[in-house]
Amino acid sequence: MELTYVPLYAVLVSLVAVPFILLSSKKPNLREFWTILAGVIKFLLVLTLLPSALQGNVIELQLIEIAPNLPLILKADTFGVFFALIASGLWIFTSFYSIGYMRGHKEKKQTRYFASFAVCLSSTIGIAFSGNLLTFIIFYEMLTLATYPLVIHSESKEAIAAGRKYLSYTLTAGLLLIAAAGITYSITGTLDFVPGGIFGEADLSKSMAVVIFLLFLGGVGVKAGIMPLHSWLPSAMAAPTPVSSLLHAVAVVKSGVFGVIRVVGFIFGPDVMAQFGLNDILMILAGFTIIVASLLAFAQDNLKRRLAYSTVGHLSYIVLGVALLTETGLIGSILHISFHATMKITLFFCAGAIMVNLHKKNISDLNGIAKVMPWTMAAFTIGSMGLAGIPPVNGFVSKWYLATGALEGGMLVPVIIFVVSGLLNVGYFFPIIHRAYFKKGGPELEGHTEASPFMVVPLFGTAILSILFGLNPDLFFNFFDMASSVASTIFNSI
Amino acid sequence: MIGSEIPALIPITYILFAVLIPLIGLWKREIVWQLSLLGSGIATFFSAWGFLHLIQTGETIRYYFGGWTPPVGIEFVYDGLAAFMVLVINTIAFLVLIHSKQISKVEFPGKKMPYYTIAMLMMLGFNGMVLTGDLFNLYVFLEISSLSSYALIAIGDKRAPLASFRYLIIGTVGGSLYLLGVGFLYTVTGTLNIIDMHAMLPQVIGHSSVIAALVLMVVGVGVKAALFPLHGWLPDSYTFASSSSSALIAPIGTKVAAYILFRVVLFLFGVELIDDQLPVTTIIGIFAGIGILYGSVMAIAQSEMKKMLAYSSVSQIGYIIMGISLANPFGFIGAVLHILNHALMKALLFLVSGSLRLKEGHSLITKFNNSYRKKYPWTMAAFTTAAISMVGLPPLAGFFSKWYLALGTIENSNWILLAVILISSLLNAVYFFRILEKVYLNDPDDVSMEDTDTIENNEVGFTMMFPMAVMAIGLLLVGIFNAYIVNVIFTMFPAGF
Repeated sequence: MELTYVPLYAVLVSLVAVPFILLSSKKPNLREFWTILAGVIKFLLVLTLLPSALQGNVIELQLIEIAPNLPLILKADTFGVFFALIASGLWIFTSFYSIGYMRGHKEKKQTRYFASFAVCLSSTIGIAFSGNLLTFIIFYEMLTLATYPLVIHSESKEAIAAGRKYLSYTLTAGLLLIAAAGITYSITGTLDFVPGGIFGEADLSKSMAVVIFLLFLGGVGVKAGIMPLHSWLPSAMAAPTPVSSLLHAVAVVKSGVFGVIRVVGFIFGPDVMAQFGLNDILMILAGFTIIVASLLAFAQDNLKRRLAYSTVGHLSYIVLGVALLTETGLIGSILHISFHATMKITLFFCAGAIMVNLHKKNISDLNGIAKVMPWTMAAFTIGSMGLAGIPPVNGFVSKWYLATGALEGGMLVPVIIFVVSGLLNVGYFFPIIHRAYFKKGGPELEGHTEASPFMVVPLFGTAILSILFGLNPDLFFNFFDMASSVASTIFNSI
Repeated sequence: MIGSEIPALIPITYILFAVLIPLIGLWKREIVWQLSLLGSGIATFFSAWGFLHLIQTGETIRYYFGGWTPPVGIEFVYDGLAAFMVLVINTIAFLVLIHSKQISKVEFPGKKMPYYTIAMLMMLGFNGMVLTGDLFNLYVFLEISSLSSYALIAIGDKRAPLASFRYLIIGTVGGSLYLLGVGFLYTVTGTLNIIDMHAMLPQVIGHSSVIAALVLMVVGVGVKAALFPLHGWLPDSYTFASSSSSALIAPIGTKVAAYILFRVVLFLFGVELIDDQLPVTTIIGIFAGIGILYGSVMAIAQSEMKKMLAYSSVSQIGYIIMGISLANPFGFIGAVLHILNHALMKALLFLVSGSLRLKEGHSLITKFNNSYRKKYPWTMAAFTTAAISMVGLPPLAGFFSKWYLALGTIENSNWILLAVILISSLLNAVYFFRILEKVYLNDPDDVSMEDTDTIENNEVGFTMMFPMAVMAIGLLLVGIFNAYIVNVIFTMFPAGF
């Protein structure tokens, strides 16, 4: 089968769905049908790329030249397919969940919501398949814009303030990225993503390397939630919960860490990183973020905000794994992109189900809800266990590789950070589970049952997936094989 | 073959219609709009034809008036840059004139005939300025276009005549400074022909009157281009003029002046020549940078949309002049591309403000609310496109001119100007998203607008929507296919690049 155009179709399919979604705004069922249809087609298209990605083939499609010598390139390499697979797969879950959530919550302007969501997914897949930095920037900025209507969805004061904050962070980040790309282009004459980096031949001074790296870090670090650039993320929890689930636990923030890996592995390359000590910068920032974010998570009573801080911490796991500059560490990082996604999306789904069903947002109000919502809380428990790194949930696997990678590099501090943070994870998730199962619920719980199946099925599905991937990381999609193939192309490129 | 006559045909078309419109207008007043469309349509057609012809043959057309060869006679030089510029300004003028039909009925019902006549004269002046190869002839066209634009601006609300008078005083000073500069150069070189003079300048460059001439010409043209700090005339003129006048002058007028700056700095003198004598490019770069930031900050402070757009123009013209000051290929590409992009964006934005004034009777940002998104869905979509392009987000056109300008600053290691470009993009985002928020979102403090379901669609008519739609789609197409345009710009480089 001819695969050349598949990446393009995968990007476009949800964009094509947008007019259909807009036109059927008066018929909600038809409108949601388009979303689901686009989601399934997108996922299947990405899936057809999987076999060739597993063989390490790169499918490259050069579209128009967007600037002289800078074509718009879609390139489905293993890493891109890996990311696209997670984003598009979880979009299907989120779409079903959105139906239950948005209708259960009687949200307004649902057409705008579903249309923006579709654009976001196109941008995310575009990011995954970007063959060079300019293409990446274009989709990155598209994602910024398309997420904005979702963040301000409720149009409350809080949401509008969050939207402003979101834009000011992400637009600034976009500009830093453009500056970094410009400087890189003037030095290397190319912006292609090449495993092992493009700075190899260039004559680069230490100060220049640090400046360029910091500009890049400012660009991708905002979406990756690296402290001190993280504070838009907890504010963005003002968005409806499906948005927090898919975008602020998977698509947007993972685009950020995806960008970090592209920059470290495909622009700078491990050698240049080590030569100028750039990985130390990354390591210090990420280590700091992991610990501080975990501590801050304790202070949040709002469930979604606690999850948001947890996300900030876990994103930096990935960044820290990259900064180790060892093959095993990178495998752990890449695995954590997908595994954190299935776990965190489960938790957000649960938070949303609780909110719609019981109208409870704060952890202190969750006493005894496991009796009313047993499935939801079971899924929640699985997700929390995974994030704390307890087997057999998949979080254990990625964390294992992260820690091994640190030991392989002879670094003890990162290992300590991973262990301490695991304990902190237990510390901030356990009280929630304890309340839900062991404390007596108030009288307001009477008469309530489990949330709508539109929500429960997806959230339980992702929880099951988390366990299955924990038992066998290569199940269905060969995540582990893909991760190790990406890591080896980066480290063995010379 | 008619291709070689095109440089003369374009201005002649405008002269013809500048005479036809009052003559026929006396007899049949209703058809002046159609006549002006015919005139600018023919001119646009010639420009497009000439441009394509030039791309195919790649040969500069030098048209000698009356057959007199320069330096005795006057010539029009139709090279790539001139052809591009002429095409841009005539297309924009054509689209704006289509839009003016409804506005002219409301804003200046008794003055339609003079409006369209003067518009034709102004376009004659602008085209002449772009095409001429003679420095004194350029001054003549400059005055034709300036006098017409004073008159066009005066057709507006009560404050317009005063704003126009102020522009007249400042603009005349600018024009005179330019003329003085030309005079100095003439005394030294004995020629007024640009190509001729370019060849002679290296021999006389050390002469003090050449330096004086350079300063006088840059300052004089700087006034016309509203280069900070010579921009004082611009905000009031654009704000108080009628919507059709400001939409016609704003995207075109300052661009043509910036184009003259291109010609003077990069083509007449050439970068190497002037920077030996005076750090001219550095100085205009500094003023352009300050102007970019100043214009953006002032735009944020405005509560009237047209005034905001006027200050935004001060800022955007700074980008173009910054591109000239960088004096490298990337800067040149960025500046030329930004002439096109900004002409499209600013024309579109002024048309939107004009449409809103027609429908709502005002364009006060403070009074905007989220009923607009129901009442004028397509106008607002066009506005959003222009706004995002102004902020410089890909894949819209605005991103790419900024990209090339940024590459230009990096090539010169001019980190300050790079920072200016980036900061100004953020400032643009502030003043445009402020409006987008008001138009698309409920005001949490104002519950009266909570229910927008009952609001009827009140979209503007076809003659207004069509030009706006063309420009909005144009922004997207220019963005996606900018590589083709840039490849054409490659052929326009001045000698020495």
